[in-house]
Amino acid sequence: MTDLSTRSPSTRDWLLSDAPSTRRQARLGSLYQGWLTFRANTLAMVGLVILIALALMAIFAPWLSPYDPVAQNLADRLMPPSAAHWLGTDALGRDILSRIIWGSRVTLFIVGTVALISPILGLLIGTVAGFAGGWVDQILMRITDIFLAFPKLILALALVAALGPGIVNAVLALAITGWPPYARLARAETLAVRNADYIAAARLQGAGPARLLIGHVWPMCVSSLIVRVALDMAGIILSAAGLGFLGLGAQPPLPEWGAMISDGRTYILDHWWVAAMPGMAIFIVSLAFNLLGDGLRDVLDPKGAKE
Amino acid sequence: MAATGRRAKALGGILLSLALTLLGLLLVTFIIGRVMPIDPVLKVVGERATPAQYEAARQAMGLDQPLVVQFIGYIGDVLRGDFGRSISTGHPVSEDLRRVFPATLELAALGTLIGVLIGVPLGVVAAARRGGWVDQIARVAALVGYSMPIFWLGLMGLLVFYGILGWVGGPGRQDIIYDGMVPEVTRLLLIDSALAGDWGAFRDAFSHIILPASLLGYFSLAYISRMTRSFMLEQLSAEYITTARVKGLSERRVVWGHAFRNIAVPLVTVIALSFGSLLEGSVLTEIIFSWPGIGSYITKTLLAGDMNAVLGGTIVVGVCFIGLNVLSDLLYRFLDPRAA
Amino acid sequence: MTAPLLSIRDLRVTFPTRQGEFQAVRGVSFDLGRERLGVVGESGSGKSMTGRAILGLVRPPGRVTAARMDLDGQPILNLPERRMRAIRGGRISMVMQDPKFSLNPVMRVGQQIIEAYRLHAGGGRAQARAKAMEMLAAVQIRDPERVFDLYPHEVSGGMGQRIMIAMMLAPDPEILIADEPTSALDVSVRAEVLNIMDALVRDRGMGLIFISHDLNLVAQFCDRVLIMYAGRVVEELPARDLHAARHPYTRGLLDSLPRLDAPVDRLAVLEREESWRTEAIEGSMLDAQPGGLR
Repeated sequence: MTDLSTRSPSTRDWLLSDAPSTRRQARLGSLYQGWLTFRANTLAMVGLVILIALALMAIFAPWLSPYDPVAQNLADRLMPPSAAHWLGTDALGRDILSRIIWGSRVTLFIVGTVALISPILGLLIGTVAGFAGGWVDQILMRITDIFLAFPKLILALALVAALGPGIVNAVLALAITGWPPYARLARAETLAVRNADYIAAARLQGAGPARLLIGHVWPMCVSSLIVRVALDMAGIILSAAGLGFLGLGAQPPLPEWGAMISDGRTYILDHWWVAAMPGMAIFIVSLAFNLLGDGLRDVLDPKGAKE
Repeated sequence: MAATGRRAKALGGILLSLALTLLGLLLVTFIIGRVMPIDPVLKVVGERATPAQYEAARQAMGLDQPLVVQFIGYIGDVLRGDFGRSISTGHPVSEDLRRVFPATLELAALGTLIGVLIGVPLGVVAAARRGGWVDQIARVAALVGYSMPIFWLGLMGLLVFYGILGWVGGPGRQDIIYDGMVPEVTRLLLIDSALAGDWGAFRDAFSHIILPASLLGYFSLAYISRMTRSFMLEQLSAEYITTARVKGLSERRVVWGHAFRNIAVPLVTVIALSFGSLLEGSVLTEIIFSWPGIGSYITKTLLAGDMNAVLGGTIVVGVCFIGLNVLSDLLYRFLDPRAA
Repeated sequence: MTAPLLSIRDLRVTFPTRQGEFQAVRGVSFDLGRERLGVVGESGSGKSMTGRAILGLVRPPGRVTAARMDLDGQPILNLPERRMRAIRGGRISMVMQDPKFSLNPVMRVGQQIIEAYRLHAGGGRAQARAKAMEMLAAVQIRDPERVFDLYPHEVSGGMGQRIMIAMMLAPDPEILIADEPTSALDVSVRAEVLNIMDALVRDRGMGLIFISHDLNLVAQFCDRVLIMYAGRVVEELPARDLHAARHPYTRGLLDSLPRLDAPVDRLAVLEREESWRTEAIEGSMLDAQPGGLR
């Protein structure tokens, strides 16, 4: 019976309770514990703040950007950074700051979709291979190995060449080249839990393979996949920017950071800011993802620092 | 001996997997080449060809055959080194590749050399003095390397070291006055000019290659130093290190004579992989520096829709990549006394 | 009584942790002569850390302090690394638990022995090789020439430990610390390895610190026994008087061992009491030592 004289426990105490009374409390509690560990990591917090700022920038682009990102103004072309144009203008007189702000949408779109498709594809293939075993495993892993043996960027180039340039095809190419490591990881995790007692218990209760896979194997793979995705985000951004730089990603006049660097390449010796500014944006964002990934690894990686 | 038998079996396994992987590589390039929306027949006969001309060309190219037959024919062609003719250069693709590949090889090799010479000691020292200032520097260097777009850093390097400081040669492999002046032996300019004793040409080639090679070297360094560090940390916490200390060995001998010896073999694997990724990673660098290598070749032909050239280049880089993987695997099995 | 080889007073090993300082060793004192001293305790009792502290192998941020730590009357506590290296291996040596991990896996065993010997005794390659052969023969390896060129993974556990002993004794140290030297070995070869080690140590008139969790083994093998609990020596007594031990922890350890001569229906379970961590040590000649000196 609750004693009215004792104060009701604070949310924090409830979350940190050693003896959670419900499954929900236990789950939220462990999330909160993870958050506390994560928060103690200053660099990871910096990464998180930058990424939140990026997301806000993408959402509020129309209100934040001082100019229209595609409006040309040839009178003001190749202006150095000034009070009117904080980051200068490009060869067509477009405001670079506005283009970077709008470009964050393109970047987030590409990174977000690739980071969704690749791991899910990898999760499916890896868990099925690991869970089924036998020849299914053999074939799926052989395919994975072939993709792993491919030089990634070159394969993506060839794919985009075949499919034709454009954002969607760039996403597709990056997703197709990106899934094999996730499949490997998911398979390893599946093999580790496949013969665990709790799986056997679920099987005895009459759970079919699909139910076992979705309800019991996938949740075990998710945290390590998330860490891996977070660490790969920077790589995805850099590859996407590389495709954009080669003119194979977003097509003009859509503002894409990699393509913007490519535009500035011609003027690099006399008008450095045209190429330098979007590059800084790419650098800051991928740095933020790397910092965040390191922090997440400390929290989520079961083999990491956590006891 | 049983050990020899095991090794032979392992070797057989590696070769079989190599063959399968190569077959997979060809299958993927074949599919890419066939599913692409660009019609290869049209590229040959032109837009204004009559249906009869078109059909004749299609049959001549073997495109009326079933896909399996086409694929077998394709494998045969590739094995003979025939990648077809490039429509943008007009030469056979294999001839083009022979011309551009050495430029990439030279660049990637020098980049790897820089990455190894700096990255390995950096990683070792970072692990030996964990948390010290070298460790911090190595960490920041790696973090920045993992976050920086290589083509952008290349542009900035060009701006600073060529545009502003004038310390290095500009884009390209050499200045125009040296073009064709050095007899071709290996087609690696640094080696050819040294062989010919033409030090002016050597200095010129060096001033052109040093910036892109340092750039690639930096990215390879970021990877190699991280891997070296984590290998070393694992070894330094091993019990035999305590043994070495109990013997009274100096810290330098403990680190280099004992721990480092144990990471030498896995490190070879890392270096081989890093070299492979530089062969690939040089694509963007080559474009920035107008380096006439395989990366420039692939992207230029790609923009022209010249699929024979693109796929030929892809296969060559892919084969190098796979070959390096297998090589490092073999080295691992035959260099490490424990792997027998 | 001659001056002891090694004399230690109030040895403390401290590690900083997030919850404040943690003392792994809390004021250990003992003297070692040319004898076999057993140190017994459960894992975490600080027995291995004591051995490592003597060798100066506690790595930062760990810290070692003692009122006295003398080797042959010379202080060796916190010596500069250079001078400590001359002592390590040369005058005090250590054999560790598992030869599978304590020998360098990519170095031939002969090279590992030579390395230890040449470091302290100098001499040419040929002489060092001869010495290594002699040592391998001394640990009763029948075919030293062949074993010399083997890698550690190619020898058995028992042979590995004999190689380890040969390596550590090659430079003729005065003290050998044996840290659970037989725990990782097959039961069948334990006695053999122990006897070899014992003979060598006695012939050379060395001091031996034998660290183990096995009270029976220590009782048979050693002259004198220190019982450690939670970083402190709780009891010290001659091995033959072990049955007369008074400290409840020692008694508990003894009672939890099965005895053929006095079988019981149910072995006692060791009960640990919080007071053992703090109470003064009874009956030890070392009680009177000043504890607070740094």
